[in-house]
Amino acid sequence: MERKELICICCPMGCALTAEIENGEVCRVTGNTCPRGDAYGRKEVTNPTRIVTSVVPVRGGTSGMVSVKTASDIPKGKIMECMNALRGIQAAAPVRIGDMIAENIADTGVDVIATKNVDVLQRRCGG
Amino acid sequence: MTDVIVIGAGVCGTAVARELSKYKLSVMVLEKEEDVCVQTSKANSGIVHAGYDARPGTLMAELNVKGNRMMEELAQKLDIPFVRNGSLVISFEKTASELERLYEQGIRNGVEGMKILTGDEARAMEPNLSKEVKAALFAPTAGIVCPFELNYAFAENAAVNGVEFRFDTEVKNITKTGNGLELDTNQGVYRAGYVVNAAGVYADVLHNMVSGQKIRITPRKGEYMLLDRGVGGFVSHVIFQEPSKYGKGVLVTPTTHGNILLGPTACDIENREGTNTTAEGLSEVREKALRSLPGLPLDQVITSFAGLRAHEDGHEFIIGEAPDVKGFIDCAGIESPGLTSAPAIGLYVADLIAALAGPERNPQFIDTRTGILDPKKLSVKERNRLIRVKPEYGNIVCRCEMVSEGEIMDAIHRPVGARTLDGVKRRTRAGMGRCQSGFCSPKTMEILSREWKLAQSEIRKSGKASGIITGIVKEDRKEDSE
Amino acid sequence: MKKELVIIGGGPAGLAAAIAAKENGVNEILILERDHELGGILNQCIHNGFGLHTFQEELTGPEYAARFIEKAERLGIEYKLNTMALSITKDRKVTAVSAKEGMFEIEADALILSMGCRERPRGALQIPGYRPAGIYSAGTAQKLVNIEGYMPGREVVILGSGDIGLIMARRMALEGAKVKVVAELMPYSGGLKRNIVQCLSDFDIPLRLNTTVVDIAGKERVEGVTLASVDEKGRPIAGTEEYIPCDTLLLSVGLIPENELSKGIGVALNHVTKGPVVNERMETSVEGVYACGNVLHVHDLVDFVSEEAACAGRYAAEYLAEKRSGISEREVSRIPVIAGYGVRYTVPSSVSVDRMEELLTVRFRVKDVRRNCFISVYADNKRLVHIKRPVMAPGEMEKVMLKKKELQAYKTADSVTVKIEEAED
Repeated sequence: MERKELICICCPMGCALTAEIENGEVCRVTGNTCPRGDAYGRKEVTNPTRIVTSVVPVRGGTSGMVSVKTASDIPKGKIMECMNALRGIQAAAPVRIGDMIAENIADTGVDVIATKNVDVLQRRCGG
Repeated sequence: MTDVIVIGAGVCGTAVARELSKYKLSVMVLEKEEDVCVQTSKANSGIVHAGYDARPGTLMAELNVKGNRMMEELAQKLDIPFVRNGSLVISFEKTASELERLYEQGIRNGVEGMKILTGDEARAMEPNLSKEVKAALFAPTAGIVCPFELNYAFAENAAVNGVEFRFDTEVKNITKTGNGLELDTNQGVYRAGYVVNAAGVYADVLHNMVSGQKIRITPRKGEYMLLDRGVGGFVSHVIFQEPSKYGKGVLVTPTTHGNILLGPTACDIENREGTNTTAEGLSEVREKALRSLPGLPLDQVITSFAGLRAHEDGHEFIIGEAPDVKGFIDCAGIESPGLTSAPAIGLYVADLIAALAGPERNPQFIDTRTGILDPKKLSVKERNRLIRVKPEYGNIVCRCEMVSEGEIMDAIHRPVGARTLDGVKRRTRAGMGRCQSGFCSPKTMEILSREWKLAQSEIRKSGKASGIITGIVKEDRKEDSE
Repeated sequence: MKKELVIIGGGPAGLAAAIAAKENGVNEILILERDHELGGILNQCIHNGFGLHTFQEELTGPEYAARFIEKAERLGIEYKLNTMALSITKDRKVTAVSAKEGMFEIEADALILSMGCRERPRGALQIPGYRPAGIYSAGTAQKLVNIEGYMPGREVVILGSGDIGLIMARRMALEGAKVKVVAELMPYSGGLKRNIVQCLSDFDIPLRLNTTVVDIAGKERVEGVTLASVDEKGRPIAGTEEYIPCDTLLLSVGLIPENELSKGIGVALNHVTKGPVVNERMETSVEGVYACGNVLHVHDLVDFVSEEAACAGRYAAEYLAEKRSGISEREVSRIPVIAGYGVRYTVPSSVSVDRMEELLTVRFRVKDVRRNCFISVYADNKRLVHIKRPVMAPGEMEKVMLKKKELQAYKTADSVTVKIEEAED
């Protein structure tokens, strides 16, 4: 049986987990203080995933950039691919939190959504 | 062909240029950097020395005392912060022989009002002084000036009176011609009847290009620390220790903006650009300053820096026409008390050129300059009137020093205006405070970019290679994923 | 202009305080915010991990801020943006300035200080070397990248493993920069453990403990930094120097509460936190002036800021209600709350048993990493609380709850002490 030491990243507590692995499968997770830690331990060994956050430019808004995130976890190995796929993507104001910015990013089946409201910049007309 | 070209836009070069603008002469200042006040003039103690340090009979002694006397009126005319707060040279020795020597020297140099005090008398004036202080030389005529503003004021006033400034222009060679001198620069050839060499730590390089009678300047590094304004009341006078062979030693002084400055060290180096601080230097500053004032709140240090003094082998100002080069006027070896002497140096050099060239006076000379408008100094009513006319004065950019967008725009658009973050900082104090530009630099960059119509990637801190940003998010990433 | 309550700073602390005050009956509230939007520093914290305590879900900084902003809007709380508070007085007059309204004065019956904190700059560390472009505090770099959309460098060394340093290591790596190393002076990271995993390990960024920057090369732009190991006192060890070429040095070396306004009216400050000394009501030494969030003490999690700020808002509301009904602050006796062995500080610094609610949260930080220790609270010599903790680190804020019920018997105690005790076998 193989053991793997992990730090749980589900919440700021950062529990020290031990995953016991047998035949490539996690049979037991110890050290967690909540069920989410157990789930994290199992997934981190076999299929680690992460939320990816970034910013993309926004046209005509009160801010030049809008912050975005993957709507749910994507495979850890796809992080940089996801970042590359975000290149060249631009949003247009107004943007509301939750608006889709990019669909099915890097073929993960996960959308990238806005995490900030950006209103339309009201330009005063010059006389 | 220009009548006079001044090389170097430090405090001496610009003082000379301003004095020359009182005549009907065409004057141009060449500066290798992108702004005035970026080398020795920007990193010194900001002290207006009383004049007891220099050897009697030297030009240094004469110009120090004269410069000191000129400072008050000049500060008024040019709208620069100057305070005659007096200095104390403290002694830890029972016998005050060194102080007596300085006192005698001061008398011979024409310094007024000096007094030798007991340790207790000194502590009565400066309660945080060490108990070990046995005696002190008090010189009431010493003072403090903002070294940046003195330099900017000279430059701006010179520019208003017709002096032209050429930045990013480095003199590569100087040759004598039939009727003057020819300067080879990275921006082409300039010709002038007279050349003033005010090139600071490079003054020997320039002098030696054209004169057979070589001089040598050694960059003498001085390291400093600056304390937060919050502890500004800790000292009120300039506190020196007894001088050593390398100069006046580590001093502790308030600045005109209410900070406390400690330093400098004195270390001769080779590198004329070697303005880096060192662990040894900074620890020397700490130790020596603590010896004078053991309670100094060193946890309030907000920045440290180093400057290079232009030390000439003979420790004397070399001011005058090079003996073998007609029209080439040196203004070399200007180390401490160079800042104090600058007004007098300007006058001295201008008189010299006037005697040689015999120009007419410039009847249109404007002898006053108004500094950057500081809304904090206005009444509420005046400030609100200002904000109504120019709302940017109500937009605070630098929260540590409470500097508004209006002041930054003024710094950019006035004569010889700011082009870099450091240029804005030294003119307005935006970024000079306790957070050291952490909060305001993005906004200041935006203002610089907007007002100069430059891309953000072209905004620099100080110097050609000092770009702040290296790219745009999502546009400079590698194509391949890992 | 007159207001019942003026709140200086519209970041997470100011927003939570305003909402709580409004919900507790304060009608005339005004938030002064210097930026062009509410939300404070959360707007640039685009990473996720916020809100687990408050909303039981993981949000990014802007999303967390938006929830509070929307609530404040819904409650009709008034705020002024692009407005800088210039000074305050002991009798709670606030002078502020904005481009739109010029300089104006507000008379407030109560004040809440929620100005946040600033980053320690390079100068405060006295790192020797040149002063070129390319040295940024981590928060400044974060603003440049996330708000302005500019990259501050390509090859990065980070000094300080506080959370902002770790977060920025990942952020720069994600945007294509090469983060060469994160150096940490202490023998442990100052950040959350999970950030070490997801910000450094995920991106193969090395963390070097007991290490500092001893020289910065490059006159105009950073060309490299020299790292060195340090001894147990944090002094560089000769011979361990290593030069790392880079164009950028990010500093994440501590946050300092911004108490310049507070100092102006003589608010007593705690020399450890550099924030105001407050009692159990989050009230400073100046009557009617409250403090919460990072201006009070630097937090690790925004959720705790919101919680603490809500208390401040509630107590300010109570103070205003008492004032309206003519009750003047009764003379109350307070017991000092003392940071004992292993504890750096506590917030609050005193407690009134009569005035406290049923439960009082005392927040604190430990001095160094502790394993299998107890958090104990003593009233004089009597131990009231004894909780075992597997691990505690200075980077993470701790808390302990005091029960009014239990403290009743110790109203005349000289002190309440929070300390760390080793496990007894």
